[in-house]
Amino acid sequence: MGVMRDGHRQDVRDAIAVYAVVALGSVVGGVLRALASSVSLAIWGPGFPVGTLIVNVVGSLIIGFYATLTGPDGRVFASPRQRLLVMAGFCGGFTTFSTFSLETVMLMQSGELLVAAANVAVSVVTWLAAVWLGHMLATRLNRLKGSRP
Amino acid sequence: MYHLLLVCLGGLLGGVARFLVSGLVARTVGETFPWGTMVVNISGSFVIGILAAVVQAHDLPALWAFAGTGFLGCYTTVSSFSLQTLALAREGEWVRAGGNVLLSVAVCLGAVALGLAASSAFAGGAG
Repeated sequence: MGVMRDGHRQDVRDAIAVYAVVALGSVVGGVLRALASSVSLAIWGPGFPVGTLIVNVVGSLIIGFYATLTGPDGRVFASPRQRLLVMAGFCGGFTTFSTFSLETVMLMQSGELLVAAANVAVSVVTWLAAVWLGHMLATRLNRLKGSRP
Repeated sequence: MYHLLLVCLGGLLGGVARFLVSGLVARTVGETFPWGTMVVNISGSFVIGILAAVVQAHDLPALWAFAGTGFLGCYTTVSSFSLQTLALAREGEWVRAGGNVLLSVAVCLGAVALGLAASSAFAGGAG
């Protein structure tokens, strides 16, 4: 009975740790995204949503790289919790689909149909290219000979 | 600085909500197609449409920092979408990969438009 209760407590602690790790990564990613969008607004102005594009491309690159580097054939060991922190937490919080959608619809509604279409095309192509590039870079690293930690 | 704190708080809740909802959907309908991420992105896009109309009409930058940039920004995700699309493509599931891209983009844009329209219709009816 005591053993069962200890087991249950451990499960609860593990569950809390999982959510805490996702929350922590999300907060860091979200704050960096907010800063990036202010900086890009100051540099490029409001004509084209450059800030959202940059965070989504960088986040896709990081997740592609990290997922492969720490995956089953990966060179670097990361615990499930570390993977959650970086992937579900940081990358999930840093990138945003809702802001991308909103900015695109706003462009459409202000009559900038061509700019809206360009935003969709450029975004989707660069997101997918970035995640692929990250994956390929990590695959190269994984194949390098040498000491595995 | 105050707004950045609101982004933190919203982001904390948004990240946890995404993890909960996408996990729940994935466990319910299976993981052969990334429905979890899609449900999160579509629902987040709908709500950001409603929110954007409210924030614009009433000039509420603090609400936008908390709920728009913080919560919905962290609730929705492009990184998981990209990674899952890549995984489908690498498995040779080109139709599913393409379907994920087209469906996500089309429905999320539609959801934002619907949210904006719903919000202004409601505001118009109330006013």
